[in-house]
Amino acid sequence: MITYQSWGRYPAVEQKIHSGPRWRSESLDVRKLEGTVLPHGLGRSYGDVCLNDGNWIIPTRPLDRFISFDTQKGLLRCEAGVSLAEILQVIVPRGWFLAVTPGTKFVTVGGAIANDVHGKNHHRAGTFGCHVTQLELLRSDGQRLLCSRDSQRDLFSATVGGMGLTGLITWAEIRLTPIKSRRIDQKATKFSSLDDFFKLSAESEQQYAYTVAWIDCQSSGHNLGRGIFYAGNHCESGTLSATDKSSGLAVPFDFPGFALNGLSIRAFNWLYYHKQTRAVIENAVDYEPFFYPLDAVADWNRIYGKRGFFQYQCVVPQKDGAPIRDILTAIAKSGQGSFLAVLKVMGDKPSPGMMSFPRAGVTLALDFPNKGARTQELFARLDTIVREAGGRLYSAKDACMTAANFQRYYPDWTEFAKHIDPRFSSSFWRRVTGRSHGVRP
Amino acid sequence: MKKILILGATSAIAQATARIWAKRGDAFVLVARNEKQLEAVATDLQVRGAKSVDHTVLDLCHLQHHAALIDKAHQMLGGLDIVLIAYGVLSDQKACEKDIAEANKSLTVNFLSVVSLLTPIANRFEKQGSGVIAVISSVAGDRGRGSNYLYGSAKAGVTAFLSGLRNRLSRSGVTVLTIKPGFVDSPMTIHIAQKGFLWATPETVSKGIVKAIDRKKDVVYLPWFWWWIILIVRHLPERIFKKTGF
Repeated sequence: MITYQSWGRYPAVEQKIHSGPRWRSESLDVRKLEGTVLPHGLGRSYGDVCLNDGNWIIPTRPLDRFISFDTQKGLLRCEAGVSLAEILQVIVPRGWFLAVTPGTKFVTVGGAIANDVHGKNHHRAGTFGCHVTQLELLRSDGQRLLCSRDSQRDLFSATVGGMGLTGLITWAEIRLTPIKSRRIDQKATKFSSLDDFFKLSAESEQQYAYTVAWIDCQSSGHNLGRGIFYAGNHCESGTLSATDKSSGLAVPFDFPGFALNGLSIRAFNWLYYHKQTRAVIENAVDYEPFFYPLDAVADWNRIYGKRGFFQYQCVVPQKDGAPIRDILTAIAKSGQGSFLAVLKVMGDKPSPGMMSFPRAGVTLALDFPNKGARTQELFARLDTIVREAGGRLYSAKDACMTAANFQRYYPDWTEFAKHIDPRFSSSFWRRVTGRSHGVRP
Repeated sequence: MKKILILGATSAIAQATARIWAKRGDAFVLVARNEKQLEAVATDLQVRGAKSVDHTVLDLCHLQHHAALIDKAHQMLGGLDIVLIAYGVLSDQKACEKDIAEANKSLTVNFLSVVSLLTPIANRFEKQGSGVIAVISSVAGDRGRGSNYLYGSAKAGVTAFLSGLRNRLSRSGVTVLTIKPGFVDSPMTIHIAQKGFLWATPETVSKGIVKAIDRKKDVVYLPWFWWWIILIVRHLPERIFKKTGF
């Protein structure tokens, strides 16, 4: 059943549920509510950006209808609660794909816009918001506004990456990308250092639509930054129709806290690196395991136990990724591990959103079990590196950044604040604007 | 490709069921009261792969329009394979106890209108020698309870009517399916945060409906465990049952 937590299962909050519009023709009536509201889709953001402690959330999943699909132009219009998984079921058999997809398909369109998500093709396609042609926003004062690059331009730019704070998105229209097959030509290349990663990345950007690397953040010294580089393109021919099998794998209970320790994480990372024995493997794989490997295991966040876990995703502008080396060294030294560390060189296509996270440079994403103060101390060290590099953290994955850091990472936040709907707020927003304390003072 | 008429097409269970059929490429005529909602459902099914989707706005309380409605649907689809009746109003039991007009209204929507619709449909299917009639009744109709016996008695009427109809049509090649869902986690109940293990999603219920129709079942409890619950509820001696508070 729906519990309205965030994916990191931290922080624990108490919030009430306001049943919002069940139909896009209905209005948003919050006049009688005390406190603020926040739209909540599938709760796949990690920290508190989708939470509204002590206040109301509006579940958006009831708005899950398609509106139109122009199969000639590749334009899809649907309600904001439709998930990317549902969209793929409809568009892939007809030869279209999402122009940008994050690492899970279990997010809503509204959530993808509100967090202006990105994917393995950021170096070419930019963010999800780059492909949103228009959207409808329902404000608490009863206004129903059509927002695009031509109409309500500022509000559009605030809503893309606007963390659900500018109003309720009722529907959106997105531009799709044509495909000839549901499969991906994939090339997996082992690399043994960060330098090799950057070399591989530079070589592959022209040739491949999708690039990403997994790195072993447990190893240090001469193994620092070893990993596997994945590059892929949609196959030029093949089948579009689905195999229609679901894995059925699920994590049925919360793992006890000791299950994930330095040893098990080290073992996992070692195996992950060494399971590929050849230096390069080229093959064709289905798009599902290529884009959404973790979606095959339902509720995988439960392996982190009841205390939850943190994601730490930063982007730094240095193309040579010098600060990434410092971050990896700091993590290896701390002995706190991350299962899957993901590294990607980002492109310079600008996001339409004024609060969007992606920017040109290098992004690193890691997850850490919640070990209390020890984890917080590590984050403080990492924050210093990111800040001094002129980088930023990803709000959709954050539960810890301080107000001071946030305001430095996102200098447009005061301009953005003007577009926030006065009846909307979130735990995240109160934390990073200093209206309540974050985890770190 | 099946030709499907859905009465009460904007209900959560009806929408979820229609989506499964739309993916198979079936053709629809949808009927409900609210035009905008009906249009939203129609375009949704269209995008999901429906062969064609037509809709008609009608409040099904108005029994006098039923015969014409069935003719129109038949004409729009060029035939009729499946009829799904998925509307109903959870009556206000207290109001019905005070005011016979309220009770009358509840019986009209939940029972009489079903009889009124199924009469011309059954005659048509009997003549064509095929067709599926699927109606959402309720576990509430299996035994009257103090908290909602008006709704329960209307649904009991529906269940009995369907049982008789099935009996009559069994030799004509017509399938009559009685659907009895338990608690359903629909948008109508979104405000209940903790729903517990007895609650099912409309998607789960809809999969059960489609499967039951494919297999030409007679009666189906959805999810299946309600069959066991109702078995127990039905066999409680009245002497004990009358004292229970639910």
